[in-house]
Amino acid sequence: MSGANSRLAVFPTRMTLSVMKQKLKGAQTGHSLLKRKSEALTKRFRDIVRKIDDAKRLMGKVMQVASFSLAEVTYITGDIGYQVQESVKNAQFRVRAKQENVSGVMLPVFESYQEGTNANELTGLGRGGQQVQKCKDTYIKAVETLVELASLQTAFVILDEVIKLTNRRVNAIEHIIIPRYENTIKHIISELDEQDREEFFRLKKVQGKKKEAAARDTLERESRQAAEGHVDEATSKEIETEIDTGVLDAAMAEPSDLLGGDDEDIIF
Amino acid sequence: MEALFYNADDGYLEAIVRGYRGSILNNTAYINLTQCETLDDVKLQLGASDYGSILQNEPHMSTSMLAQKCTDKMVQEFEYIRAHAVAPLQQFLDYMTYAYMIDNVILLITGTLHERDTHVLLDRCHPLGVFDSMPALCVATNVAELYNSVLVETPLAPYFMDCLSAEDLDEMNIEIIRNTLYKAYLEDFYHFTQSFGGPTAEIMAELLQFEADRRSLNITINSFGTELSKDDRAKLFPNIGRLYPEGNLKLAKSDDIEQVKATCDVFLEYRQFFDNTAAGSSKTLEDRFFDYEVHLNKKSFQQQFHYALFYSFLKLKEQEIRNIVWIAECISQGQKERINNYIPIF
Repeated sequence: MSGANSRLAVFPTRMTLSVMKQKLKGAQTGHSLLKRKSEALTKRFRDIVRKIDDAKRLMGKVMQVASFSLAEVTYITGDIGYQVQESVKNAQFRVRAKQENVSGVMLPVFESYQEGTNANELTGLGRGGQQVQKCKDTYIKAVETLVELASLQTAFVILDEVIKLTNRRVNAIEHIIIPRYENTIKHIISELDEQDREEFFRLKKVQGKKKEAAARDTLERESRQAAEGHVDEATSKEIETEIDTGVLDAAMAEPSDLLGGDDEDIIF
Repeated sequence: MEALFYNADDGYLEAIVRGYRGSILNNTAYINLTQCETLDDVKLQLGASDYGSILQNEPHMSTSMLAQKCTDKMVQEFEYIRAHAVAPLQQFLDYMTYAYMIDNVILLITGTLHERDTHVLLDRCHPLGVFDSMPALCVATNVAELYNSVLVETPLAPYFMDCLSAEDLDEMNIEIIRNTLYKAYLEDFYHFTQSFGGPTAEIMAELLQFEADRRSLNITINSFGTELSKDDRAKLFPNIGRLYPEGNLKLAKSDDIEQVKATCDVFLEYRQFFDNTAAGSSKTLEDRFFDYEVHLNKKSFQQQFHYALFYSFLKLKEQEIRNIVWIAECISQGQKERINNYIPIF
């Protein structure tokens, strides 16, 4: 669909023209709106990309610290994995999903919060309890970073899609719909001009015919008046017709003479 | 008189343990280990030590595998000693395993409480705390049954009977149960070792008193700001140790670390634990406890003809495994700045 020469199949009328003009105007407004939306989204997108970059770097560090603190716990208390798993009845660390509206796009935002009591506060009571709590805290931080990263990533994916969609629309309007309307309008205008010219010519023709008819009418009328009213006039008319015929005869005769005379001269 | 007949029964084993002690990594070995860049280098360094043979056939090094293998080695050595031990020493060695048994039973109780398949937990149990009838405990489906099985099947029965009822298992926090049992165990072990008299009693007293005091201090510090009430806290303190009785009383009333520090200030050895101004203050309280424990255990090798040496050997070996795993962990996680936090032994 190059759209360079395509146009809508419409009858070139003045009404269609005005409708088309309205549509073109609508398309242009829509285009500028969509363009602005896409720009806003792109700006947001860039923000998110930067934040993701930061979060990923941060996550690397935080996870390292966290897993090292787990190594510390193992150093002091030994393997407490099973006990920790089993002593938890309710999740203390929870994630809540919200929605954020960015230029008409709903982005899910994950929010972490803590609820309930610390189920593991007595873990390592006899040995290494402080390390266990420290490890827990560092892991909470790590998971917080993860949650943040997750919401950024989701937003990233969704925004990416929406931006592509919007850009496609913007491009479609810019390169296909608007030219098509413009072509249609041009076509209608040229057709209308053509029609105007035809009309004008027709009118002229009609006028010419009318003038001819009027002239003939006056001639007839005059001749009739002459026939009805005065004999003199009748003779004069006859003479006139005779002259007319004489002229005609002369006209008829002359070319044949010319032809005949010329033939001999020209050929031989 | 004791020294006169000691060698008749236990001389061979003492010699063996002293031999094992010789294989404990020394400072040079640790310095070499800390220079390693990868776990394969660690393997290479350990190749010259006693651990060389067990790591030989392992194509892939990981810290968990390393810990597993080293523990296996330690258990193997301990089992050898236990297999050759006779009457009083055998009982002494059995007592040493009770500590691990408590952990294992607690693990099984945790599994049963949450209605998990406890058979898979058998693999997670510490090999030193494994006893023959342990799989029988897995048959129990509810806590009351488990309680009965523990009473019938395990050597831990007296501790359970004296301190806990079947209902307690259901209601109490598993950590409180563990510490209650441990307290009973420590007291029992202490009284058992005192019955020997002589150097065994003397050295073991010092070791177990420190162990008891360490628990009291830890419980106190770790229970700040938790749901554990002061009365409950006091119940978990072992009634032995140098802090007992008035130190324990003070600890039971403490609200913050400063009060704990004031309590320990009276004891010269314990004062250093809270002394943050000393050189190398990057060490945590736990590190200092380990340090002191190693110091005490090393001292027990200075005397002859006593049983405490078996206990010390096991503790030193445990610390060595912790050191190796710590170093390996630091290397594999690329946290070399903390690598020197291990506790050198010899």
